[in-house]
Amino acid sequence: MTLRQIQESYRQKKAAPVQVAEDLLRRIEQQEPKIHAFAWMDPQRVREQVKELEKAGPSAERPLWGIPLLIKDNICVRGAPTTCASKILAGFRPPYDATVVERLKKAGAILLGMANMDEFAFGSSCEHSCYGPTRNPWDLGYVPGGSSGGSAAAVAARMAPAALGSDTGGSIRQPASFCGVVGLKPTYGRISRYGLIAFASSLDQIGPITRTVEDAALLTQVMAGPDPRDSTCADLAVPDYLRALGQPIHGLRLGLPKEYLSAGVDPEVRKAIEEALTVFRKLGATVKEVSLPHTEYAVPTYYIVATAEASSNLARFDGVRFGHRARPSTSSGRAEGKTMLEMYTRSREEGFGPEAKRRITLGTFVLSSGYYDAYYARALKVRTLIQQDFSRAFEQVDCLVTPTAPTPAFRLGEKMEDPLTMYLSDIFTISINLAGVPALSLPCGFTPAGLPVGMQLIAKPFAEDLLFRVGHAYQGATDWHEREPPDEIASSSLRGSSQ
Amino acid sequence: MAISPKDVEALSRLARIQLTDEELARFAGQLDGILSYVEKLKSAKTEGVAPTSHVLPLSNVFREDKLQPSLPTEEALANAPAREGPFFKVPKIIDPTG
Repeated sequence: MTLRQIQESYRQKKAAPVQVAEDLLRRIEQQEPKIHAFAWMDPQRVREQVKELEKAGPSAERPLWGIPLLIKDNICVRGAPTTCASKILAGFRPPYDATVVERLKKAGAILLGMANMDEFAFGSSCEHSCYGPTRNPWDLGYVPGGSSGGSAAAVAARMAPAALGSDTGGSIRQPASFCGVVGLKPTYGRISRYGLIAFASSLDQIGPITRTVEDAALLTQVMAGPDPRDSTCADLAVPDYLRALGQPIHGLRLGLPKEYLSAGVDPEVRKAIEEALTVFRKLGATVKEVSLPHTEYAVPTYYIVATAEASSNLARFDGVRFGHRARPSTSSGRAEGKTMLEMYTRSREEGFGPEAKRRITLGTFVLSSGYYDAYYARALKVRTLIQQDFSRAFEQVDCLVTPTAPTPAFRLGEKMEDPLTMYLSDIFTISINLAGVPALSLPCGFTPAGLPVGMQLIAKPFAEDLLFRVGHAYQGATDWHEREPPDEIASSSLRGSSQ
Repeated sequence: MAISPKDVEALSRLARIQLTDEELARFAGQLDGILSYVEKLKSAKTEGVAPTSHVLPLSNVFREDKLQPSLPTEEALANAPAREGPFFKVPKIIDPTG
């Protein structure tokens, strides 16, 4: 069920939160062993929340009363293990709620648990997790995308009606695209980052992963708005997103960035986007080609800026105040065995996975003296050029339409040993974070093999209402978002061997 | 540029991560590949372009200097790998023999 359908069934007294929650717990029990979308969950805690909510009853102050949500494992939930899918945060239970969690709880939401992810959100496949990989519900031999792969896979597999993700370079939109669900990366500063364990502070944003655009609007409405605990959260009023939904898109000017349909885009993806444009034209929008000339620099710029910020942010994981601490070495008998420095280096060696180590090392390199100007300082200037590309495009059009990713989901293991190829799967989502603009991914077709294809809509800063309006109009005219993966999910590799 | 395992070792020391010889060799090759790819940035025309470190036009966000409740000591220490009284416990920092 969608969030709207759950709300409707409560309103008509056809169901109560206890039934919705118990149905989901049963569903999770069936599907989770195959998908592995959760980093943590405790049915008892879910039931306690339901009991309290039923006692409190529905009210206008609780717009999400009885709505079950899954939280990505890097968003702090008081008292629940929040580990960024990293061994270095094993056992960490935050003493506070992230602002978004606080707002969702206050609105009456039920927290189902924590979703699996790439460690510290470093990855595009959900394979870099200390809990093991999550699988794509449409085909278990494929990745769900990442880093918010657990969130997207759980929503696609109907184990959660909606989830939170975080997006630094595509981590909400690319898994939404691979799993056939909706994902929003809001404008930088639209939603508070307080309590989101930082990866790259100038790029990170929290956003919803849902089945419909309407549901994404509903959750954004509750989460968005100024927060005194995050000084980078914009001090701007939040529009009524649900009101934007019903408005027609007749006369809207859509732009197709020519650089995004260049070589390297899978023909199935290109076909799906072209068909989506036909739908938009039928709905009365105009489509024109535009140019974002600095697109080719986005991935290199991102991997300098993001790793630089990450190497600095991850310095806090040192084994002192929380998380994993290496035991003092006793076997070697070395004098340094019990020093502070050895405690740092060994705790970090044991706690971080390979991709985290790789990115910290790269970030340390681009910030180190002698290389700073050639890499980091240059990347910051190119970031300005990328941002200007978007400002210019939005002088000509209202909204950009692109593929979310150049390909549908890829196979598990396919890109694990080649980090650069993995990084390139984010080629269409990364510029958006560098420019700080909002973008929405929504399903727009399937490949003949049955894997979902996603389309990305991009708008001006703080124009989420426009993205919802365009996305909702598209979902009103199509039914891709209503398709469900089969319950008896096969893996193409298993299917192959059984023939 | 070519990154050697020795370069990676120097970086790992700066980043306070101990890496195995196998990791040093593997990362050297992988970082080399990534860095040759980012060389691409050299062809961008950046003369006279101002750097963007942050997308919002923000500077100095202030709040009232008011007394507010903070995290109680017990909760702040609840996740500590080791503690002693109201403190985080760590190995000796100053070596009296050094």
